[in-house]
Amino acid sequence: MGSKKQNRREFLKSGAAIAGGAAIGAASKSASAQLEGPEAYIRGNDDMVAYGSRSRFINSARIPHGGRHSPDTFGLDFHIATPLQDQYGVITPSSLFYMGTTRGSYLPDIDPDKHRLMIHGLVDNPLVFTMDELKRLPSVTRMHFIECAGNRANNRMTTVQETHGMTSNAEWTGVLLSTLLKEAGVKEGADWIVAEGIEEVKGASSIPMTKAMDDTLLAYAMNGEPVRPQQGFPLRLLAPGFEGIFNVKWLRRIKVVDQYYMTYNDYGHLTQDPATAALGYQIGPKSVIVHPSGGQQLPGTGYYQVSGLAWSGGGKVDRVEVTTDGGNTWFDAEIRGEPQPMAHTLFAFDWEWDGSECELQSRCIDEIGQIQPSRQEIGEFWNSPPGERIRVRGQDNSIQPWRVHSDGSVHNAII
Amino acid sequence: MVVCTMRLFKLLLPLVMLLGFAAQAQSPTSYGVGRTPTAEEIAAWDISIAPTGEELPEGSGTADLGAQLFLEKGCAGCHGTNGTDGIAPRLVKRDVGELENPWGYGRILPIRSPYAATVWDYINRGMPLGAEGTLTPDEVYSITAYLFYLNGVITDDQMVLDQDTLPKIKMPNQDNWAQVPDWFPNQPRLEGYPY
Repeated sequence: MGSKKQNRREFLKSGAAIAGGAAIGAASKSASAQLEGPEAYIRGNDDMVAYGSRSRFINSARIPHGGRHSPDTFGLDFHIATPLQDQYGVITPSSLFYMGTTRGSYLPDIDPDKHRLMIHGLVDNPLVFTMDELKRLPSVTRMHFIECAGNRANNRMTTVQETHGMTSNAEWTGVLLSTLLKEAGVKEGADWIVAEGIEEVKGASSIPMTKAMDDTLLAYAMNGEPVRPQQGFPLRLLAPGFEGIFNVKWLRRIKVVDQYYMTYNDYGHLTQDPATAALGYQIGPKSVIVHPSGGQQLPGTGYYQVSGLAWSGGGKVDRVEVTTDGGNTWFDAEIRGEPQPMAHTLFAFDWEWDGSECELQSRCIDEIGQIQPSRQEIGEFWNSPPGERIRVRGQDNSIQPWRVHSDGSVHNAII
Repeated sequence: MVVCTMRLFKLLLPLVMLLGFAAQAQSPTSYGVGRTPTAEEIAAWDISIAPTGEELPEGSGTADLGAQLFLEKGCAGCHGTNGTDGIAPRLVKRDVGELENPWGYGRILPIRSPYAATVWDYINRGMPLGAEGTLTPDEVYSITAYLFYLNGVITDDQMVLDQDTLPKIKMPNQDNWAQVPDWFPNQPRLEGYPY
């Protein structure tokens, strides 16, 4: 036995010598000493058949937004932020999708077979649909982000999950609201719809008919499976590019009306300032660098791929620019993949870090020419007094600065 | 190869024509999906109340009755006995004297809301916590009246609020709120704003 092994080894050795001297060292370690496998194996079992799970080594998780416990003890706020820093590509996994609701601790537990959608009001033919009937109608599948009005960054936050985690992106499948409205026949003067959910407060939003007939989608699926309960199972409205609250979950009723209805949700958004009202409606051009971002650590000098997400409520992302010197020089980032309207878009930028302290920023320019502003630019536009803390009106789409210290640590650089 | 392709084409031609015809036939003016609800069904589902109050139901109430209901229906449990000191949002304007701009009274529904009907709607659909939708129209009229009375919007606690009188109440912010701009595709979010 032993001599056989010896012979084989010598044979391999000589063979390797013929093949090339460089391989000798490797071959001399012997073919019987293979690279070690994993520390353990998990035997396939019945539990793994129905629904897969991630590796036990992956612990990426959502966190309560705003540093407060969520859901709160009163059962009102349930605001949880997605771990953008752990995400690859543009799809937010459904299980990690952000959530923002004021009655979130009481999720409606809806049997889809019993769920109905009613369309009524200023229409020729009021209609009631079952979920199966909605699925019989022509469907569309589109990528769209949703972003909460509360996705505001401040200087007390440390990570990108805290500064920007209240936005997520999914592939949605459903029926265009315009399909249903045409089916019902919209009457003259019907300039608005009121969309209402089935949760306790039956939160409702006024949406302009122009949006309802344009790209508003009633989604029954996200990322290839039914919309999750936290996202409005079995049916939610998507008003692409509009602030989060307009995307009514657990959708049950659409009333076609002739005026702005000042509904429950509308009142929640009420402001006295017309600019704030406009800027808290359609979301502006926005982006954030995710790698490297606050709380991360660069292991040393050398090459890094600076990457992040860009989006806009005004349409597709046209360009993304990146600066590594705090905004003095801007470079075009590479757009990865084909930008979709009102969808998160991946960008990347090759960067050689020389070890000196620097500041990374990104800015998004969308297809209708809107440019993501710095806080300073916002202040200048509104003539904020110098030295005063700059107030971002409406949705906060200001540029996020990340400061890289010479030790490689990355920090939120909002002043 | 050319012959082959031609043969295949000829073979498939009837199928292509059939598919073409079928595709045309599949764009109906109506899909015929869904059913027509009855008028009763619509009435039962429809809880929307316009700012003009046109859907307000029959019924009536007064602030006097509302004060009692505020305790009985559990409002006081969360909002405080006086509507000022509970764990739920405050319901009475802050004690800051008479303000030229009523916005300064705070984010308090029965004083900030531009329309009385919005307050009625909010209570009707969203209150009380955990028992939403259980208040009768009479009770909602009375509780709404009580909140208006606490905030000085009405001064007579015997004033009867119903579908006629309630929408006529002029709220201090009726003309003092910002409407959202008309929305069209591919428009910047605020005209003249580059960001």
